Amino acid sequence: MTSRNVEDRIQKISSVIRVIPDFPKPGIMFQDITTLLLDTKAFKDCIDLFVERYKDKNISVVAGVEARGFIFGPPIALAIGAKFVPLRKPGKLPGEVIREEYSLEYGEDIMEMHVGAVNAGERAIIVDDLIATGGTLRAALNLLEHVGVEVVECTCLIELPELKGRDRLGDKPLFVLVSAS
Amino acid sequence: MSAFREEDPRINSIRTKIRLVPNFPKQGIDFLDITTLLLDPKAFKNTIDMFVERYKNKNISVVAGIEARGFIFGPPIALAIGAKFVPLRKPRKLPGEVISEEYTLEYGSDCLEMHLGAVQRGECALVVDDLVATGGTLCAAMNLLERAGAEVVECACVIELPALKDR
Repeated sequence: MTSRNVEDRIQKISSVIRVIPDFPKPGIMFQDITTLLLDTKAFKDCIDLFVERYKDKNISVVAGVEARGFIFGPPIALAIGAKFVPLRKPGKLPGEVIREEYSLEYGEDIMEMHVGAVNAGERAIIVDDLIATGGTLRAALNLLEHVGVEVVECTCLIELPELKGRDRLGDKPLFVLVSAS
Repeated sequence: MSAFREEDPRINSIRTKIRLVPNFPKQGIDFLDITTLLLDPKAFKNTIDMFVERYKNKNISVVAGIEARGFIFGPPIALAIGAKFVPLRKPRKLPGEVISEEYTLEYGSDCLEMHLGAVQRGECALVVDDLVATGGTLCAAMNLLERAGAEVVECACVIELPALKDR
């Protein structure tokens, strides 16, 4: 596959993401991926790009952040033969969990993962639709690293570079398809 | 009625991977947890394959998944059968203009939303969730799709709790 082919697919993916101004509040330009999901070829291209990147990297865990990470994570996991681990808001996972607190712009939130979902030494990627400040991905990273998982990369469709989420991940690699400024 | 005869060997591999968690979310409820199924790549793949085999030549152009566990099973099915994926969400999550459907819970009510323009009149749709209990959520989902003019071909779930008389 040529790099022109990759560029074409990314260009198409970028063009079907819808920007909604002033959501969830005034001044925020929301990057809406639901329009991408309506374009069967673009959605497939998106998954294929991730799968091509991760399929021979010995990754056994794809962790997805609730809820939009649940849309992109499982197809990647299925294609590369990895397990899918949902990272959820508090109180949703029924079994014993470990939790990680993280800060939001105003206040805090908690992310949970089932005990026993992953084993020390496993190689993982973390999937979400978008990285903004990086707070959510940082929490996910902490959760997995606390139990001895090696997070190979964080992966998103979209990055908002002005919010410097990449820096919040420290030395952890971040891969994104589209940079939205 | 289960879609597959009990003899399909994949059914057992799927069933044994689902974990029962007692007294969640409250006393007296036995919660059926699909996260353990997702930890077994072969069993998860079998689950998706069985749905895909059933729906692939049925002219289905829309797979609607109910937040949040329907988001796990719906997209792989949609991708495999060449349909679009439409997330059906709790209120105020979808950023664009939506249509809403209220439905009753055991205590109180809740609301499901879908983006305007996600489905076109006349499209054939599949609704996906991990589990059907009373059927309230699935009914709300079907209503949303039918109000938008789609034809709901079937509702597809990994698990049914027949004792709750959902159909």
